[in-house]
Amino acid sequence: MSGLIKSSIARKVVMALSGLFLVVFLTQHFTINITSVIDPDTFNSWSHFMGYNPLVQFVLQPILIAGVIVHFAMGFALEIKNKKARGGSYVKYKGSANAPWVSRNMIYSGLVVLAFLVLHFYDFWVHEMAYKYIEASPEDPTRYYHETVEKFAPAWRTILYIIAFVLLSLHLWHGFASSFQSMGVNNKYTPAIKTFTKLFSVVIPLGFAFIALYHHLNPITH
Amino acid sequence: MKLHLKIWRQKDASSAGKIVDYTLDGVEGDMSFLEMLDILNEELVSKGEEPVEFDHDCREGICGTCSLQINGEPHGPDRLVTTCQLHMRKFNDGDTIVIEPFRAKAFPVIKDLIVDRSAFDRIQQAGGYISVNTSGNTVDANAIPINKHAADEAMDAATCIGCGACVAACKNASAMLFTSAKVSQFALLPQGQIEAVERVQNMVRQMDLEGFGNCTNTGACEVECPKGISLTNIARMNREYLSASLKG
Repeated sequence: MSGLIKSSIARKVVMALSGLFLVVFLTQHFTINITSVIDPDTFNSWSHFMGYNPLVQFVLQPILIAGVIVHFAMGFALEIKNKKARGGSYVKYKGSANAPWVSRNMIYSGLVVLAFLVLHFYDFWVHEMAYKYIEASPEDPTRYYHETVEKFAPAWRTILYIIAFVLLSLHLWHGFASSFQSMGVNNKYTPAIKTFTKLFSVVIPLGFAFIALYHHLNPITH
Repeated sequence: MKLHLKIWRQKDASSAGKIVDYTLDGVEGDMSFLEMLDILNEELVSKGEEPVEFDHDCREGICGTCSLQINGEPHGPDRLVTTCQLHMRKFNDGDTIVIEPFRAKAFPVIKDLIVDRSAFDRIQQAGGYISVNTSGNTVDANAIPINKHAADEAMDAATCIGCGACVAACKNASAMLFTSAKVSQFALLPQGQIEAVERVQNMVRQMDLEGFGNCTNTGACEVECPKGISLTNIARMNREYLSASLKG
């Protein structure tokens, strides 16, 4: 079993499974966020449920944070190992001749997404934790929509979010379908998986960018 | 045609190497890349200089001995060919060509353009074989009925010549395409089932021990492979490995 944990294939599978788990989370996150554009009341009630349901808060949230940490920690560890595996560097290496840019630069698109997560955690999660557990403020099921829209008032934050969504799109473009290959799935369904990957990696980040831009352009007027 | 060559020269494994510039005139399009190097070496020898060392054997694309990273790609810019099958007509008069050894920690440079690829031999030795009765009662392999599709896929995997272009092309210097081809050529056939569980575990363990990198599914190996070995083999090896690990 220790051999399995150390093996390159098991590490690939860890990357794949944690990545797919984050894809599922992304879909769920997007589903809730898009309601902020469609119906603020729905957004408020779903956000309140996510913020106060004990199962979400104390089981799913730690699992999610663990998933993020495993994915980027393993990603860094593998990147370091892979860089060492080259030995001396090539005088001329034409990576563009045989592999797309996105597949060769997952570490960089991933780093941008990670940097975004730090900002995103600061913007929403830290604020939420302080509100609930430090300030011990009372439950207010109507506050989420206002708080979210106000976050996107500054142009700089909206721009940073949109840049991160572009890099997220590039990361998903390679990562989603790649995770199936890592888990040994390469069969008659692979073309469909690749098509779905392209659709998903464009639609979801584009949707997130739209939500950010929509709230920036439609501020709440008091 | 006249070519400007930038060739990696390295005295031995422990010495530092460097790029040395050469200009070669009179190269014809019908020459192979190795014949072009032969001519360069004849010129060097006639001048009393040390020739450029490079690996070669069959010169017909089946031995897997020739290597060379040519202008940033293993076996050069052409597809589905080894360096010995690369013709100089793929280059133009006045071109500059950078020629280097395959680079990987697991493929240390021995001299100039020659690298030690015995890591591949050790991976093969770790499990790339089948049990066959050779005591005089050898069963004809063709006596065992094999599904045509499986036989074709096994043959496709077996066409891997172990040249190392996959490792050289991969940004991670991963040997998964090679190892997966060698796992697949047996995993697909009934004769390969006896050692199936140990084979994939032992070959992957050896591959990791040799210091090759991890596959990140860029697909560079498949594009540069002179034999067109498919990425489906890597997926098969991953499946084989995971199922073997579960079986213990």
